[in-house]
Amino acid sequence: MQMFPLTVEQGVVRRRGKVLVGPVDLTLAGQGTTIVVGPNGAGKTSLLKMLHGIVRLNEGRLNWACPREEAEKRQGFVFQMPVMMRRTVVDNIAYPLRLIGVPRKEARARAADWAHRIDLGDALERQAVLLSGGERQKLALARALIRDPEVLFLDEPCASLDGRATREIEEILAEAAQSGTRLIMSTHNMGQAQRLADEVILVIGGRIHEFSPAAEFFAGPQTPQGAAFLRGDIVE
Amino acid sequence: MSDLWEGLSQAFWLVVLLDPDLVEITLRSLRVTLTALLIASVIALPLAALLAVRRFRLRRATIAVLNALMGLPPVVVGLIVYVFLSRAGPLGVFGLLFTPTAMIIAQVIIIVPLIASIAHQSLRELWSDYHDLLISMNTTQGQRIRALLWDGRRALLTAALAGFGRAIGEVGAIMVVGGNIDHATRVLTTAIALETGKGEFAMALGLGFVLIGMAIAVNLAIHWIGHTERGGRW
Repeated sequence: MQMFPLTVEQGVVRRRGKVLVGPVDLTLAGQGTTIVVGPNGAGKTSLLKMLHGIVRLNEGRLNWACPREEAEKRQGFVFQMPVMMRRTVVDNIAYPLRLIGVPRKEARARAADWAHRIDLGDALERQAVLLSGGERQKLALARALIRDPEVLFLDEPCASLDGRATREIEEILAEAAQSGTRLIMSTHNMGQAQRLADEVILVIGGRIHEFSPAAEFFAGPQTPQGAAFLRGDIVE
Repeated sequence: MSDLWEGLSQAFWLVVLLDPDLVEITLRSLRVTLTALLIASVIALPLAALLAVRRFRLRRATIAVLNALMGLPPVVVGLIVYVFLSRAGPLGVFGLLFTPTAMIIAQVIIIVPLIASIAHQSLRELWSDYHDLLISMNTTQGQRIRALLWDGRRALLTAALAGFGRAIGEVGAIMVVGGNIDHATRVLTTAIALETGKGEFAMALGLGFVLIGMAIAVNLAIHWIGHTERGGRW
């Protein structure tokens, strides 16, 4: 059953009375990579969490093309600060498979394959909390991708990583996108946005100011806020 | 001071000669306490995890009550269990009063709040780390509880050891419900109380040193089995 389009109608998320996101109207189709950009505190993370379902809407509606329960099983999320479970590398990666009943031996074998793909093959039995920032993020990506999600949300996965780690992450993301995973990702890095994006969402103050194909956005934003953001002006 | 040395010496010979009474009392102490610990852990650890992951109306009140019950006076617990198990009490038909089972029941009641409260502190922190991840993975409540119990197992070991320490050194409640009957319900702590009452301080101290040694040995054994404090491990 098709998951997309994902539609949000007048979606609002509040916390302690403060509006974090919205009102938002958005329709996402089922292909390509969508990059969410915006200044610090604009609501990018909250928007991603809202779309993924970690944060519930206070107002409005969010609909997948399939039943919500079905959609929730077919998506993953990678956090800006990857959460390492207090387990070994291989057990961390295998965990999502164990959740759906894959036998331990098979889950660990598939996890070991993934660990080799992300250059953590030598660290299978190391405690995940001892990994470096870049290694943690690669592990988080592998853990999110091991169940072949149809949609993967990523919240600034390369923030605070060096160039090499960023390139490795981008390579994994490019592979995932090529194999059909729909990527919806926030970033501060405009270069990264240009390299990865098929379409761009500009969020400022919790609202979507621009949603357009990447080429159009980077060639000439349609809104003054978009132009100011690309120029590097302070926008709020 | 001479009592102390005499006690040490007596403890040494009691252990070296494997005094039959000492062995019997020690094994009974261990059996009662480890059984109580096992039962209490089965109740307290999932309860602690549930309190960490689940939000319900009386959650805060439940946690506050559990914390308050950590200071439950053992003699009062013994008295209440006595009333329930006595012949005229609601559970009198089972004939459990003055048996090791009654002592286990009393110890379970005393250490469940202690283990649950300490475990809850650890699991609450772990849950704040795991919350978004496990929600994003669409886990069920049971899967969340299992993840917390497994990944927090070394912290939970500490909670269990605290429960063991409380139970093995407990005397008030088990004296009331066990009766300190020779060859039936006498354990190390009640034997110490008895010897002290008789003025046999050296013997009481000897038993005390055995009790301390056993508590340390059990703690070390559990740490060793649990692989705690090893490089690169949690």
